[in-house]
Amino acid sequence: MRALLMALGIAAAMVGGLGGLGARADERPHHALKKAQHGGTVVGLCDGETATEVDVAPGHALSPQEAQAVSDKLMKEWRDKHPEASWDDTVAQNTTPSPDVGHGAGTSKHNAPPSGGAQKGAPEAQPQPTTSTRAPAATQPHEQTGTYGAYDARDELVWRSETQKFVDEGNRIFHDAKQLGGTIGISCDMCHPNAANTHPETYPKFQVQLQRVALLRDMINWCIENPVKGKALPDDSRTLRALEAYILAQRKGQKLDYGKH
Amino acid sequence: MAPKHKSVETRFMEARDEALRALRGLDRRSFLKVAAASAGAVLARGLLPPHAFQLVNVAYADPAQPGWSFAYISDTHLYEKKLNERFVRAVLKAVDDVNALSPQPDFVLFGGDLAQLGKPEELAMGRDILKEVKAPVKMMVGEHDWFLDLGEHWKSMFGPVNYSFDHKGVHVVVLMSVVERDFWTARKMTPLERMQTVAGLDNGTQSRFEVGEEGRAWLKGDLAKVAHTTPLLVFSHSPLYKYYRDWNFWTEDADEVQAILKPYAHVTVVHGHTHQLLSNRIGNIHFHGMLSTAWPWPYAPTGLPPLTVMMNRADPFDQFDGTGDGRVVMHADGVADKIYNLWDRNPVTVRASFLASNGARDKPMATKLVTY
Repeated sequence: MRALLMALGIAAAMVGGLGGLGARADERPHHALKKAQHGGTVVGLCDGETATEVDVAPGHALSPQEAQAVSDKLMKEWRDKHPEASWDDTVAQNTTPSPDVGHGAGTSKHNAPPSGGAQKGAPEAQPQPTTSTRAPAATQPHEQTGTYGAYDARDELVWRSETQKFVDEGNRIFHDAKQLGGTIGISCDMCHPNAANTHPETYPKFQVQLQRVALLRDMINWCIENPVKGKALPDDSRTLRALEAYILAQRKGQKLDYGKH
Repeated sequence: MAPKHKSVETRFMEARDEALRALRGLDRRSFLKVAAASAGAVLARGLLPPHAFQLVNVAYADPAQPGWSFAYISDTHLYEKKLNERFVRAVLKAVDDVNALSPQPDFVLFGGDLAQLGKPEELAMGRDILKEVKAPVKMMVGEHDWFLDLGEHWKSMFGPVNYSFDHKGVHVVVLMSVVERDFWTARKMTPLERMQTVAGLDNGTQSRFEVGEEGRAWLKGDLAKVAHTTPLLVFSHSPLYKYYRDWNFWTEDADEVQAILKPYAHVTVVHGHTHQLLSNRIGNIHFHGMLSTAWPWPYAPTGLPPLTVMMNRADPFDQFDGTGDGRVVMHADGVADKIYNLWDRNPVTVRASFLASNGARDKPMATKLVTY
């Protein structure tokens, strides 16, 4: 967990530093951190506020031990500022990387090492260490809390409607040759009504015609360049992202089945 | 940066060009030789999946079967040439196909959706291209031809939308089935907005297709003098049954129309609009879909008639895959075999005996790449 936080914190600092250099202005918020005062590098936590200057010249790396120490320092500062936050010590201290994770270390409790007995169907499950440090259930609040999970139905409504707006934008683009950048009047829906036959759930897969492993966006771009006769869209293009959002939204509930032909 | 190897598309186009160059001026016997050689060479080199490009032999009528045949070209969806040549190339290919048929078909049915947005210049270009067809051409209207000006230009070029004629003992009917109830006036749509709304398949704003009261009355009147033993051949743009409402793969008053056709011993309905292999049977009525020259539609998520043998999922890297034209062979006993001439694939024949036996006999080749 700490490793992740550190990664996020450093990423935040980088985004902050590059925010003005031609980055897209319409989307990603970024953290504005203080400038370095002593020639070092400012490393920020993902809250966007907690930061510390590290004695390492820009472009140079910390050793793993030094990096861990910076991460620990930032976390301690954050926890001192938020004594009310419900922080799960056991999970937070679980920094052993799990070899079979593959989704970034320590993103959630599900990535606890197999010895923790958290895996489904483990025949000889050991007592879970996560429960040993907790107070008895009766003294716990009704639900787990935390800053990340502190949202309510209204928040969910807002998020849903924001997501739907983006999907709707993709829907309009999908049906509009001009917005696709097409030059011959062809739009996606002419072959894919309701995004039928796009099967986004089967990517990535080896696409023999492209002689490589393709993602959905590679196929979208292929269609934009060929039948639609437009220009391939860059990865961070809002148009491409909206198209992906619309196509995926049409396949809600489909089982992910990457590699399927 | 120069590419180190040729892309699959480049190799495909080269193989295709090479084969087409070799084809010029060949007689049929040499054609078959080149076709076999090209398929073999492509396979042997392992260049391409076997369906990507090979010459396929055209399905010729079985000489043992008496009867006659007609060919069709359908759903060309032409834009003006300066905007879009892709679909123009496709219809020219279809014209070449039907002109190369030997023996020649008795007529060529055009299945509707000649234009993409019903514009006079789109219709005029389509008309001029179809003038190159050697056999007589019979025209049918589709919704893409209709909803810009509610048929004004189409009718001035091609005549009435409902008509019939008798041919070699079969009563042939061309029936306008893409009437829609007025959804545009209340929404204050311009004619082009109305056309563009109808042109979208997954567009819930428009109404459903129907033959309509007037069309049904015309059909009843036309059939009043036709004996129930006479085989009927009916052309409609939309399928005269209910397949998938959301995409207008549908005719709202299909039940009423079927009731009019029910007393006849043999009825064959051949329709456009769905751009796919599609077969159905309801009692005495056999239904066949036509291929489009422009693009294939995917199969709808529900409602597919159980007798349909689906076509392979189309290769998105091949403009002509999943498209084509076709023929129908009318037998002396009033039933019809439908031949789908899929470009770049082997043709598929759906025989009357397959539909009549509810799929027990003469099953067409099954698909390898299913729709999902």
